[in-house]
Amino acid sequence: MRRQLAARLGQSLIVVVLVATISFFVIRLAPGDPFSFAGENIPFSVRDHWRHVFGFDKPLLEQFGRYVLAVFRGDFGYSFSRKGDVSSVIADALPRTILLVGLAVFLSFAIGIAAGVLQATRRGSWFDRVSTGVLVFFYSLPDFWAALMILFLFAHRWRLFPTAGIVDPVSYDYWPPWRQLVDRVAHLVLPLFAFTLVTVAAVARFQRAAMLEILPSDYVRTARAKGVPEQGVVWRHALRTALTPMVTLLGLMLPAYLGGAVFIEKVFDWPGLGSLAADAIQKRDYFLVTATVIVGSIVVVIGNLMADLLQMALDPRVRE
Amino acid sequence: MAEPLLRVRDLRTYFYTENGVARAVDGISFEIGAGETVGLVGESGCGKSVTALSVLRLVRPPGRIEQGSELIFDGKNLATLDEREMRAIRGARVSMVFQEPMTALNPVFTVGDQIAEVVRVHNAGSKQDAWARAVQMLETVGIPSPEQRATEYPHQLSGGMRQRVVIAMALIMNPALVIADEPTTALDVTIQAQILELLRDLQQRFGTSILLITHDLGVVAETVSRVIVMYGGEIVEEAPVNHLFARAHHPYTEGLLNAMPRVGHERERLATIPGSVPPPTNWPAACRFHDRCPYAWERCATEHPPLYPIAKGHVSRCHLADEPKRRAEKHDPLVVARGAST
Amino acid sequence: MNRTLRRLLAHRSARWSLATIAILIIAAAIGPMLVPYECHTQLDIVRLQNQPPSWAHPLGTDQFSRDVLARLLCGARISLAVGTLAVAMSMTIGTVYGLISGYAGGRVDGAMMRVLDAFLSIPRVMLVIAVLTLWDSVSLAGMIVLLGTTGWFGVSRLVRAETLAVKRMDYIEAARALGTPTSRILWRHILPNVIAPVIVAATLAVGSVIALEAGLSFLGAGVREPDASWGSMFLAGVSFSTSTWWILFFPGIAIVGTVLAFNVLGDALRDVLDPRQLHAPVMTVASSVAAPIAPERLENG
Repeated sequence: MRRQLAARLGQSLIVVVLVATISFFVIRLAPGDPFSFAGENIPFSVRDHWRHVFGFDKPLLEQFGRYVLAVFRGDFGYSFSRKGDVSSVIADALPRTILLVGLAVFLSFAIGIAAGVLQATRRGSWFDRVSTGVLVFFYSLPDFWAALMILFLFAHRWRLFPTAGIVDPVSYDYWPPWRQLVDRVAHLVLPLFAFTLVTVAAVARFQRAAMLEILPSDYVRTARAKGVPEQGVVWRHALRTALTPMVTLLGLMLPAYLGGAVFIEKVFDWPGLGSLAADAIQKRDYFLVTATVIVGSIVVVIGNLMADLLQMALDPRVRE
Repeated sequence: MAEPLLRVRDLRTYFYTENGVARAVDGISFEIGAGETVGLVGESGCGKSVTALSVLRLVRPPGRIEQGSELIFDGKNLATLDEREMRAIRGARVSMVFQEPMTALNPVFTVGDQIAEVVRVHNAGSKQDAWARAVQMLETVGIPSPEQRATEYPHQLSGGMRQRVVIAMALIMNPALVIADEPTTALDVTIQAQILELLRDLQQRFGTSILLITHDLGVVAETVSRVIVMYGGEIVEEAPVNHLFARAHHPYTEGLLNAMPRVGHERERLATIPGSVPPPTNWPAACRFHDRCPYAWERCATEHPPLYPIAKGHVSRCHLADEPKRRAEKHDPLVVARGAST
Repeated sequence: MNRTLRRLLAHRSARWSLATIAILIIAAAIGPMLVPYECHTQLDIVRLQNQPPSWAHPLGTDQFSRDVLARLLCGARISLAVGTLAVAMSMTIGTVYGLISGYAGGRVDGAMMRVLDAFLSIPRVMLVIAVLTLWDSVSLAGMIVLLGTTGWFGVSRLVRAETLAVKRMDYIEAARALGTPTSRILWRHILPNVIAPVIVAATLAVGSVIALEAGLSFLGAGVREPDASWGSMFLAGVSFSTSTWWILFFPGIAIVGTVLAFNVLGDALRDVLDPRQLHAPVMTVASSVAAPIAPERLENG
């Protein structure tokens, strides 16, 4: 098994290198560079000077080489908009995104799995049909729009939850720890709600399909024949085997979660990796934005590795 | 005779499908005594598996055991028992061995866990007790290094070993009756023999009754004391095993026996029963075998034959019992005469 | 083909979604001509700015005094065009990549898959944003190309998995034995048999591309005026205010309705075209894992 893990690790490293390469070239090949923006009467000579300072006038391959070396040193460049090293800016923002996305993944999978199992065991019932319809509706909401509507309803209209940020900008520092915790949780509720709302449908549908596939299996019938109560048959025997493909799904959905984070963080003013990316557009912060792509991808790769580990723990057949 | 262990009376299990009502089991009655091994024989589609599932109430919708069916066991009617009591019986008093060992076991739990689960589900022991008994059971069914094997997963075991595990699961609570549904069909011939021998051994050791379901008459010959032949959802013949092989009465049984390739019997062609098993949504009128029968005459197409007694312990659902002379008038079955496709 | 169509129409949900899409297309085609206002003309700048829904302007006016309903109808054309063109592009690229990778096998396949893995690890939204950061004033065509070239990864994996399965079939072996050239085998024998999931994915993708384009505009990275897609109605949507909710609400509803229609249609297509795709969601067969969820949707977030 160790060999398998080492192989997966090696694969992941290759993928990360490829990601960095792809990001670099794709972004570079797009028309324009950080210094070519229109407007603002900056003479060409000044732009050229800055291009030279940042090495943009060197041959592309050389730039690529230097870039890769820099990345390995942990140096992602300088962020114009944040006036600081890109690496420290990202280091600040990343944990907040991990928190939000991590919780969202957990919630949407917990609810989605439960919903899927219930739908499968009550196949064809009104519950099945109605919940499927409701879920498809939520699935069809654009992330940013769902976030906007939720913000509007729950924060502005009904003033139930705070409207932005991670903590109260004014009073947080003066509160006792337990109140701080409450504040943090209150700020988490809406973004989490929005996130879960748009992602739970996919999980539920997949789980339902997996369960419908597995419930007629022979070993499920064996469990019944042994005298296992129906609850145990469904939740212990059938669900356990259905979790394997769910973990695979998790790995596949990670990029989508991160993409969604961009919009959700932007709407709720959650200062994570996603809003860095969202803001970078306006500010044309080339180094920052390139780094977010790479870091975002690394998060996905690591997430996939962890999903693989989880799968090996869950399903003995995978541990060749 | 002592009170039979299981008494089935007029069992009818119907499936309500889009294509109509499939009368998979259409009124069968039989008994199994304590310590007896009974064989239930027939081709696919005759209802034998459904019979097995019905006894344990494992038939899922759209299938349903019809009202009026009686499955008397331990003084109770299993057909109408409430689910909780039924669960107490499954795996503990009556258990089942299924056909496909490759898929009968849950792939994500260890073999030991799955056997021990039977004990724990019936609250007959703690986790450690259950595990110890499971290991012991593995040894009983002839698996070497049982402590090691118990920690392994099904995919690490061969087909024959998996079947032994399934048998271990079925016997660990010392049930009064084990229903084995084609336990050897999916296995190699040599393994088949081993499994059958195992079943015989265990039966002698524990005094369990066995209902052995199979389409293979060869298997039956070795293992059972009495044979029930099913066709078209009904019992068409029942006899002690020697009688059946020596003097089968029902033309269907005769056909089955003829179709068995036997060493020492020279033949040009393998005999087959012409035609095919009709669909359970549409059993033929009157005698369900009449269009495939080489002896059938007008009465067979109009009058549904009852189970005629032939000899002690031997019954047959065929009008030939009433008009034995007709046996001389052999002809091509209707299905061949009509040119019906197989 | 006919039988498939009939089976599709037997689904009530499919009928509904096809009807909705038809209405949408009709609205896009002739709608703008029926409304008394032009999409881009700014009406009375002072008086008609930010007017809530009224009889004269059923969906209100926006911050530039333009009629929301008119913009919505004009936007339908552009959004649908962007959606279908970008998806057509993605599906083509993805199918070709998947076919080649799957059929070639061996080292070529291995290398192509590694690269594909890398692409799949990149959150699509982030990549698109990164490109748009530098791209001053992206045109409509540019946006279509950008969306088209970033949406093919999931399809690729699907097609590759199907190709691997079909490759082993006897009729492929037979074609090879007869000396059929590879291109013909791919085009005539393999492609028709792997196309089913692509159709489903394409349908589901149209909705999500439309939503993605709107989201990008919301972030300020969208197509500039005057090409008024639904997305541009969200342009730099941080100006969303509770007192002018109709400006963002109605375009949002339009998108939701469209995405919903395509999603429902995609589901029905999946049922009809290839129910066997839902089989064996066990372990690693990519197609069976990805099929119930459109890979397109997964990449957009």
